[in-house]
Amino acid sequence: MIEALIENVRGIGRRTIDRVWRMGVAAHFFVLVFLHSGPSFRRFHLIIREIFSAGVLSLIIILVSGLFVGMVLGLQGYETLQTYGAEESLGVLVSLSLVRELGPVVAALLFASRAGSAITAEIGLMKATEQIAAMEMMAVDPIARVVAPRFWGAVISMPLLAALFSAMGVLGGYLVGVVLIGVDAGSFWSQMQAAVDFKEDVLNGVIKSVVFGVAITIIALFEGYDAPPTAEGVSRATTRTVVTSSLAILGLDFVLTAFMFRGV
Amino acid sequence: MQRATLDLWVGIFVVAGIVAVLFLALKVGNLGGFDNSETYEIRASFQNIGGLKARAPVKSAGVVVGRVAEIGFDSKSYEASVTLKLDARYPFPRDSSASIMTSGLLGEQYISLDAGGEEKMLVNGDTLKITQGAVVLENLIGQFLYNKNDSQTDSAEPVQ
Amino acid sequence: MSDNLIEIRDLSFAYGRKLVLKGINLTAHRGQVIAIMGNSGCGKTTLLRLIGGALKPTSGSLLVDGVDIGRLDQDALYRLRRRMGMLFQFGALFTDMSVFENVAFQLREHTDLPEEMIRDLVFMKLNAVGLRGAHELMPSELSGGMARRVALARSIALDPMLIIYDEPFAGLDPISLGVTGNLIRRLTDTLGMTSIVVTHDVQESLKMVDYVYFVSEGVIVAQGTPAEIKASDLPYVHQFVHGEENGPVPFHYPAPDYALDLGLAA
Ligand SMILES: Nc1ncnc2c1ncn2[C@@H]1O[C@H](COP(=O)(O)OP(=O)(O)OP(=O)(O)O)[C@@H](O)[C@H]1O
Ligand SMILES: [Mg+2]
Repeated sequence: MIEALIENVRGIGRRTIDRVWRMGVAAHFFVLVFLHSGPSFRRFHLIIREIFSAGVLSLIIILVSGLFVGMVLGLQGYETLQTYGAEESLGVLVSLSLVRELGPVVAALLFASRAGSAITAEIGLMKATEQIAAMEMMAVDPIARVVAPRFWGAVISMPLLAALFSAMGVLGGYLVGVVLIGVDAGSFWSQMQAAVDFKEDVLNGVIKSVVFGVAITIIALFEGYDAPPTAEGVSRATTRTVVTSSLAILGLDFVLTAFMFRGV
Repeated sequence: MQRATLDLWVGIFVVAGIVAVLFLALKVGNLGGFDNSETYEIRASFQNIGGLKARAPVKSAGVVVGRVAEIGFDSKSYEASVTLKLDARYPFPRDSSASIMTSGLLGEQYISLDAGGEEKMLVNGDTLKITQGAVVLENLIGQFLYNKNDSQTDSAEPVQ
Repeated sequence: MSDNLIEIRDLSFAYGRKLVLKGINLTAHRGQVIAIMGNSGCGKTTLLRLIGGALKPTSGSLLVDGVDIGRLDQDALYRLRRRMGMLFQFGALFTDMSVFENVAFQLREHTDLPEEMIRDLVFMKLNAVGLRGAHELMPSELSGGMARRVALARSIALDPMLIIYDEPFAGLDPISLGVTGNLIRRLTDTLGMTSIVVTHDVQESLKMVDYVYFVSEGVIVAQGTPAEIKASDLPYVHQFVHGEENGPVPFHYPAPDYALDLGLAA
């Protein structure tokens, strides 16, 4: 009885130590990626390739989701606002929720499952098929050649995708609110402009998406690089990337929001 | 894929992303408004600011002429002290008055600035003399219900 | 400059607690083709990884071109590796690049050669393995044998002094097998390289190598020139050369009694 209890506590301890250990390894990995980023900036086409696979290939899903989220916001927001006779505030509601929260967060969640999982799977498979080992044998550092370009490609893509998501969302809200329902276009835009602050809202949203981009990418790269070189190992790592980075996005969002929009 | 096609797509993507940021900054947000132009600050004390928040607009004749920069509490007079940041293009006479208004019945609160008649204009650091605090709905209802009594205590009174 | 490109003395290596190599002694002269043979799981790939510096010896010394590879820092190791090529057991081609780009990889990474020069070099190397016509294909469009030949072209891209081949003959048809064997011999002679070949193909390799080492359970059990090996009457060598089932090499991975595992005991 007591023995079993002690064994359970020991299990908790072991798992905690493992987690902390892994986080330490991941942090070290993060530093390594930074230190080995020089070559990929000297050969920028490596980064451009990764902007293509992380950013351009995510465009469709981001644009379509942004449009629909904005349209739903317009519809729901209108329903609620008109009960108080404040339909003109629809633009404010749509734009603030998108620029501050939904844009960065939803775009990041989509990015994690679209681009993050692809990065993990790709690097995990490169490891499983000994491509990483072959590269090392050819005296090419895989962190500099494979990991760093993917890191920067994804980190550059993320804020652009989030901005596109928000912009599409505002257009979606406009489409439903103004074009379909008939809210006055003038007050839609002017109220929105009066309420949305460049520094407080737009810039903070961009900062959020950069932070999310860094978090997702480093998780995805680390999981791939750390995956056991087997089919099962890679598939588990891919799942872990999506789960961990989604949780990281939501957690970081809370922390960042608390810092940025305190008292507003 | 060909290097050239790749470059083209990435170029389109980056330009679209930057256009989106500019759209958010200029069309959705207020960048290009007075935020980055010259401003001057004035202060005003209110007995009650109700739900006024920092960054709320300051309007005159319905036009946004500035923003609430800071809200503090004066522990000597027990009043709210509000700092307003006004666009330098719009000077106001020194005897202008500020009142806290609500757009719509339940909308956001803003400060309405009514120009006075004096020759001298407000300068950076001046304090407004005539202010009127927010209408607090509960008090208003209370007043309405008991308006047969001579109830006096009302934060909506002008403050000297 | 010593005549020995590789000198291994009393080399031991363990994965964690599992001792895989137990005191290996091996020498490769410059310009030789050395074969390492042994049953599956005896530690051949491990030995190659040690020579390539991917693993550090647990004890003993391993000199490549006069430097102890186990004691090099990363920079020095990478400098040495530029003069080594390694052919992986399964090719390990970069799946996101075409055949051409795979072969051009090291030229692009380590040199500033103009594009035309890279093109010429790549076609020369691909021609040497008979796959110049396949330069536009992606690795997924190649057969296993073709992939191995592309990998070979890739590993000789920088004209290394040493090439390590991990089972270059596995999965090749008899024709390409002979061609690849000749290719290794020819490349070694014409480019003045040294080759170390891990292989199971006794007959093919005895035709082309200069010296053979037999590894069993982490130690070298026999060595000699092909002629000596063919004449050898050591039971291990005899079993291996003639592919007999019964002999000192066990077919089974160490396991408890078969009857016990089937639940037939007692
Ligand atoms: N990463 C590893 N961790 C632990 N043990 C390993 C590892 N890699 C190989 N081993 C063990 O080391 C031993 C030697 O493996 P190695 O890959 O060197 O064999 P091999 O001689 O190349 O076999 P094959 O001819 O089948 O390729 C095997 O028993 C294997 O179980
Ligand atoms: Mg092997």
